[in-house]
Amino acid sequence: MSINLSSLKLSLTIARVHLFSKPKQTIIAMLGVTFGIGMFIALIGLMTGLNDFTEEITMTSSPDIHIYHDITEKRVNLLEVVNPQGLNVVHHQKPKNETAKLRSAAGIVEALRHDPRIQGAAPMISSQVFYNYGPAQLNGQIQGVEIMEEDKLFDLKSKMKDGRLEDLLSFQEGIIMGSGLAKKLNMKKGDRVVITTPQGFTRTLKVVGIFQIGIGVVDNIRSYANMSMVQTILQQDKSFITDINIKLKNRHLAKTIATELQSNFGYKAEDWETANATFLTGVTVRNIITYAVSFTLLVVAGFGIYNILNMTIYNKMKDIAILKAMGFAGMDVRNIFMIQSLVIGLLGGLLGLLVGFTLSVLIAQAPFDGGDLINLDHFPVNFKPTYYLTGIVFGICTTAIAGYMPSRKAAKVDPIEILRGQ
Amino acid sequence: MSIVLHAQGITKYFYDPEKFQVLKNINLQVARGQFLSLVGKSGCGKSTLMYVLSTMDTDYEGTLQIAGASLTGKSQNELAKFRNRHIGFVFQFHYLLPEFSVLQNVMIPALKLGECSAAEIEQRAIEKLKLLGMAEHALKKTNKLSGGQQQRVAIARALINNPDILMGDEPTGNLDSHNSNIVFDIFRELTTVHKQTIIAVTHDEEFARRTDRVVEMSDGKIISH
Repeated sequence: MSINLSSLKLSLTIARVHLFSKPKQTIIAMLGVTFGIGMFIALIGLMTGLNDFTEEITMTSSPDIHIYHDITEKRVNLLEVVNPQGLNVVHHQKPKNETAKLRSAAGIVEALRHDPRIQGAAPMISSQVFYNYGPAQLNGQIQGVEIMEEDKLFDLKSKMKDGRLEDLLSFQEGIIMGSGLAKKLNMKKGDRVVITTPQGFTRTLKVVGIFQIGIGVVDNIRSYANMSMVQTILQQDKSFITDINIKLKNRHLAKTIATELQSNFGYKAEDWETANATFLTGVTVRNIITYAVSFTLLVVAGFGIYNILNMTIYNKMKDIAILKAMGFAGMDVRNIFMIQSLVIGLLGGLLGLLVGFTLSVLIAQAPFDGGDLINLDHFPVNFKPTYYLTGIVFGICTTAIAGYMPSRKAAKVDPIEILRGQ
Repeated sequence: MSIVLHAQGITKYFYDPEKFQVLKNINLQVARGQFLSLVGKSGCGKSTLMYVLSTMDTDYEGTLQIAGASLTGKSQNELAKFRNRHIGFVFQFHYLLPEFSVLQNVMIPALKLGECSAAEIEQRAIEKLKLLGMAEHALKKTNKLSGGQQQRVAIARALINNPDILMGDEPTGNLDSHNSNIVFDIFRELTTVHKQTIIAVTHDEEFARRTDRVVEMSDGKIISH
């Protein structure tokens, strides 16, 4: 059966007249959808905004893959080697006295840089140190890096609050300090800090810059220095490297590549997801909540439309009957009511997008104190168009389903029962 | 004289609350231009027969032909299309759509048919309204009219597609005698001047007596015609 355009046009006209003849009812049905979609947009904007923020923070605080020598890793005990067939029990085995050094680190870095999946690899030395603040000593961490390589991986330039990265290159005895740490030590750019290594070696360095990544646990303890400087402080030679940080072209492959690297080089390779598992579980939970709440809101709006259409159809029984007597097919009658629900869904949905956008803008301006843990003064809100598209599609689908059931009922009305004079 | 409606062996049962034969082997032929009234006591099956003849009721045995087309066993959609083109209806109540103007109400069946442009249909609707003396009310909402006026608009709507048969179910049942007479006179004029075939179910003896042909039913059978 071909689609009769003039019939559709007529159904459209009748639907329009129905909608306009009861404006209050139409608007209430529309507001249901508007509210549902508006809340969906606001919620998903806030939640994904938080998620993106969290992910960005984990990205800047930890590399995609981190290779290091984990000396606490379980090792094969000697008894096992000597007597492999026997039933061996070694109680409370302790790690060997090894340095955290990665052997042939330069070779590993070279190999990594040739891997097409890897965008960058930066070697570094990491060590615990004490920062002396008068008579007090603060525990912290120093990282000896090639600062420009580090910048390629973590975009440190944008994290600088004071000073420039290049200053570290030109000043061998320099140090770039985390903002939290600088605050605790009451340090400013140009001040000098005395650091002590666990081995007892002391050195005075000059603060050439201050960075802030945005996570308390990093900003409160970490500082960067030149690689050769840290090697000197630790009284190690030029080949002493403890860590290699890797940035991937596609960070979602981190898990598989990490496993591969670990077996290739024999050192622990940790991916960012494992390193930040606690942060990332929050992402999943937020997603579940967002979709559950939004879905509920839209279902409620759907019930509203279902009710209102049912009522309209009940009131219009006579009209439906006469239309069918005059030659309207079931499909034509169904169209009249489907069009009404779709118009309600579309207009309500578009209005909902507007409401959602307005709410998002307001939320984005609301002050929010992230506390010491994360550096945040306003809620991060996402304005991605994809979510707006999802919202309107979701809204129209809900209204289509909610409208279809009563419309089908209207299509099945038996005109004789209503028209027959009693 | 050509036959416009031909019904043969129409039999129908009601199943609720129990099986009951409401129409018993009815044969009826209606000539073009005839003004026929269908009468009988309440419950004799005259309305039921009319709804079978109107193609709205498809649950019957026997065969039905209107304007040369066999209608038994056709789908609801085909029958809806057929009614749109070939049958006009007038009921006891006007059943005009309250949100639309008089003119729009009259135009709807023709817009549904979709054979002419909207402008042509409007022209024709105004002609039909003139025929019924309602042209000056064309732009009013239907609820602003009196009962008799509403029924005349309903007749104009029934005539808009120049149907082969105009069917009425108690078309004067809800009108006072003055308006009944007006409606009857319109029907009379339609049959004599415009050769319109009319089948009307009525319990108004006065109305029935003045028609061309009276078909009387009793207990699901035609007892005189």
